[in-house]
Amino acid sequence: MDSITYADATGALSSMWLLVAIPAVSAAVLLLLGKRADKWGHWLGVAAVLAAFGLAVTYFFQLKGLDNRSAALNLFEFIHIGGLEVNVGLLFDPLTAVFVLLITGVGFLIHVYAVGYMSHDPGRRRFFAYFNLFVAAMLLLVLGDNYVMLYAGWEGVGLASYLLISFWYERPAAATAGKKAFLINRVGDVGFALAIFLMFATFGTTDYAKVFNGVLESEAGQTVSAGVLLALGLLLLLGACGKSGQFPLQTWLPDAMEGPTPVSALIHAATMVTAGVYMIARSATIFNANETAQTVVVSIGALTLLIGCIIGCAKDGIKRVLAYSTVSQIGYMFLAVGLGGGAYALGIIHLLAHGFFKAGLFLGAGSVMHGMKDQEDIRRYGGLWKHMKITWATFGLGWLAIIGMFPFSGFFTKDPIILSAFNREGWTGWLYGGAALLGAGLTAFYMTRLFVLTFHGKPRWEMEKHGDHHADGDEAHHAGIKQTADGRDIQHPHESPLIMTIPLIVLALGSVFAGYLMSTSVVDWLTPVLGDAPEEHGRLSHGTVTVLTLGVVVIGAAIAFLLFRNGTELVERPARTHIVRAARNNLYADRFNELVFELPGRLLTRALVWVDNRGVDGIVNGLAAAFGGGSGRLRRLQTGYVRTYALSILSGAVLVVAALLAVRLG
Amino acid sequence: MNDIQLPPIDYAALLPMLIVFGLACVGILAEAFVPRKHRFAVQATLTLAALIAGLVTVIINRDLEVTTIGGAVTIDGAGLFLQGIILVLGIVAFGLIAERRLERGGAFVANAAHAADSDGDKKQLNEAGATEIFPLTLFAIAGMMLFCVSGDLLTMFVALEVFSLPLYLMCGLARRRRLLSQESALKYFLLGAFASAFFLYGVALIYGYAGSVQLVAIKQSVLDSDKSGVLLAAGLALLAIGLLFKAAAVPFHVWTPDVYQGAPTPITALMAACVKAAAFGGLLRVFNVAFETTSWDWRPVITAVAMATMIVGSILAVTQTDIKRLLAYSSIANAGYLLVGVVSLGGAVGSSMFYLVAYGFSVLAAFGMVTLVRDADGEATHLSRWAGLGKGSPLFSAMFTIIMLGFAGIPLTSGFSSKFALFSSAWDANQSALVIVGVLSSVVLAFPYLKVVVLLWLNPPGDETPTVSVPGYLTRAVVGVGVLATIVLGVAPSWLLDMVNSAGTFLAK
Repeated sequence: MDSITYADATGALSSMWLLVAIPAVSAAVLLLLGKRADKWGHWLGVAAVLAAFGLAVTYFFQLKGLDNRSAALNLFEFIHIGGLEVNVGLLFDPLTAVFVLLITGVGFLIHVYAVGYMSHDPGRRRFFAYFNLFVAAMLLLVLGDNYVMLYAGWEGVGLASYLLISFWYERPAAATAGKKAFLINRVGDVGFALAIFLMFATFGTTDYAKVFNGVLESEAGQTVSAGVLLALGLLLLLGACGKSGQFPLQTWLPDAMEGPTPVSALIHAATMVTAGVYMIARSATIFNANETAQTVVVSIGALTLLIGCIIGCAKDGIKRVLAYSTVSQIGYMFLAVGLGGGAYALGIIHLLAHGFFKAGLFLGAGSVMHGMKDQEDIRRYGGLWKHMKITWATFGLGWLAIIGMFPFSGFFTKDPIILSAFNREGWTGWLYGGAALLGAGLTAFYMTRLFVLTFHGKPRWEMEKHGDHHADGDEAHHAGIKQTADGRDIQHPHESPLIMTIPLIVLALGSVFAGYLMSTSVVDWLTPVLGDAPEEHGRLSHGTVTVLTLGVVVIGAAIAFLLFRNGTELVERPARTHIVRAARNNLYADRFNELVFELPGRLLTRALVWVDNRGVDGIVNGLAAAFGGGSGRLRRLQTGYVRTYALSILSGAVLVVAALLAVRLG
Repeated sequence: MNDIQLPPIDYAALLPMLIVFGLACVGILAEAFVPRKHRFAVQATLTLAALIAGLVTVIINRDLEVTTIGGAVTIDGAGLFLQGIILVLGIVAFGLIAERRLERGGAFVANAAHAADSDGDKKQLNEAGATEIFPLTLFAIAGMMLFCVSGDLLTMFVALEVFSLPLYLMCGLARRRRLLSQESALKYFLLGAFASAFFLYGVALIYGYAGSVQLVAIKQSVLDSDKSGVLLAAGLALLAIGLLFKAAAVPFHVWTPDVYQGAPTPITALMAACVKAAAFGGLLRVFNVAFETTSWDWRPVITAVAMATMIVGSILAVTQTDIKRLLAYSSIANAGYLLVGVVSLGGAVGSSMFYLVAYGFSVLAAFGMVTLVRDADGEATHLSRWAGLGKGSPLFSAMFTIIMLGFAGIPLTSGFSSKFALFSSAWDANQSALVIVGVLSSVVLAFPYLKVVVLLWLNPPGDETPTVSVPGYLTRAVVGVGVLATIVLGVAPSWLLDMVNSAGTFLAK
């Protein structure tokens, strides 16, 4: 590969900082004006994203006309210390362009939808402020021309996501979910931050172009050890796994569904959670240089896509199922970008197609919940197609797209990934290809279950007489709306207003056509960044894999249809097998995290608090009690005695002196 | 026998300190002779004038490199920059100390000996508070300035005492919660005296080894002394303990939460910003000048101390329920990050000084805002009382949020750029283990800050949520400057980084 250079931005592209500035300013205005902006604030939020989308389209066509297909804009020097120089710079190249279009385009539709969805919420203006803040941060993430800028956007979207998950803070579950998302993301961020320092130590820079050229040179001259490249790849991957909800950091994503549904659609399905895929695709040069790192990416992708599918089969909350399907679909993207070579582009087009159909599915779920008074349990839906035809039709198209039915978009984007997985060299190709194929079947099964239970069969919501059955039992927020004066829950499913259904229709059209349109054009478009398209030779031909996949999908969907066409029980039966029990418990991932991360952390904190407050004093008092024979002193165990502090300092001093002498003499 | 001769004195180089010391003495006289009615105005003007004049002379001296008074004082680029930091942060902290609009008579009490609600106390309720606070502040700041440019350990010890003694006193002058304040002053004094003894003993042992207390001579003696290395190692350890105590490093941090909580908040702010700068100025100088060549001996130990400080400070911050204690533990953790700069030696001096500036401004703004949240009993510092403040006081909450995000190291705030610069320099100096612990602990430390943010914005206000007082123009200026610095140094820090790097390093000859 030739060395990488980016051309300077010219013409309209030299104003691309506006992409970040417009939503950021809008967010600031909404936050600072306070209640004064309550009446019109949401429209400002929508307009800001629309303006960004308009700019993105302009820049896209501008970029198309450029020979070099890249435009770098150096704004100002950020940090210059010692050998390190970090600039605030933006880069608009084909990879960035598709992300910017996705973020602003789908983002605009979801903003419009949210105007309707949040219309009764007193915090709507604040919601749009955070939403705009998110869009600004996400655009910064994909526009930055070095890893520090990527990190800045990375932290920004994390912050916005944290605020938006906890948006309905009255629900304890929402507050807990926000905290969990924040903590798990921080684990990933540690990896990313260390990767940046390692990059700086190895290449003396964090600029994309210089780092990638450094990697290419080192490949030629063996100047950088393979271990460093592996470490770099794995640290970046840790960051990507945190943000994208991949194994072993996937547990926060389903809980994040406690936020308002437009948030789930935009942040936790279409854009932010795909940042990890963006990061790996952007760092293609680094991952290409180390096969072990690539294998780890592929393995994590394959494992996560199966985990997501298996848990998705066992869940009853409509948003939970969709959340696990997101985990699983991002697993496909990781699988693709891990395969390397031309499969990078396949990961990206699956990401784009997923952005459309998953946003559509989430908004459809929101529309269903809107009409069902926030009931989330699919066991209590059924037969809704008569009552909400537009939602039914659009959700149906999304469903066909995600399971990869011909000729919907999933078919054109997922099949090539499965094919590439099978064609990986060596026996591992069978392993990863098999996993991807099995995943396709499972996806068809649980998504069909979701679709049939929600929209078809007999209505099960009429049987419900009392309002005390909630999906998760923690919907205190809407409990007031849910019950009428006599405490009974009478539901009248209804279609959502136009402002919500129009975005649904547009997204559904995207799920139908986007896949075919993108399957060739976008792959070519991305070639300058990611390399050439995959070659059509390998152990299995395209035709074979297509037939195999379609067969598996049809079988999965048919089984689900036969099992669930007559509905299901209102409450889940006790699990009879271990696998069902495990799946219902999220494959014990939470328990695992609790034991491995939380418990030691909590014990350490407790121990430190104890030592800090009581430890030394306790010893003093204990000794005094032992020698003086009076236990009365023990009862006066308190904090804050100056003698305690002095003793603590003295023990520290003894330690420091002893250690220094030991170093000196040892 | 030779006559003792007066060593040559470069008065121009000493001018900044002479001005501040001199006007502090004038302040004492003013306390005695100016009528009570005018005393506050005179003292405040005098203090501000002294600090500004000091700063101006420091700027004029900026290119000076000179050793004077027989090696007792070394004026060099880094020393002058540290003096500048202390003076700038001192000027900002002055705004909090001189604020009188938040509470009748200011935050300080004239006669602390009166028991609460006694007749004498009721009488002084309407009187102006202690104006002695101003000359005391000047003495403390002058002492810190001397501390950063001391050329030998004895001068350093004198400077240490000069800035510590006024601080002990100022900690006990709170108008509200007087017993807590006096208790903290006594604790600080007793433990400070204890730490000073360590320092002095260390000086004695090092003198035994090197035959001199001059930093440059100590460095030379390492190469050619025939004394036992035990003297040097033990002396170095004891010396370091004295310095680490002021810097609030684990395990010498125990006083910090109590003193930060008990002291009047403007004084806490002064300690968190200026004393931190002075303590690390001293640490940087001692380790870079006198003990650079023995770094193999002390590095493992100071590395362990730095790690312990970062870990303990950040984890204990998570469990705090009082905003002042939370900021105290956060200041302990930040001491740990700064120790990373000390361990990394030469290359990291610049980024350590940048860190001191960035942290100083943010922490001043943070404590400035703590003084604003009040109820009938004065400041409401328990975190539960801060719930839902965002509803009634959005501007205040937005500013506090920016400061908290800065502390949490979120990009585009000074907390990120300073940590990034410091950790990069450390990584460059092959201190990757410290950087890893630093990144991990800053991840933990981000949690309590964001907890406060969530508390402000997302929690419903309680029944007794205190009000946010309308700040006087002084506090307003302090908070404004602090928040502005947090953003500016986060978005465009390169000019200041250029400045710290061109300020040069410590003179070691």
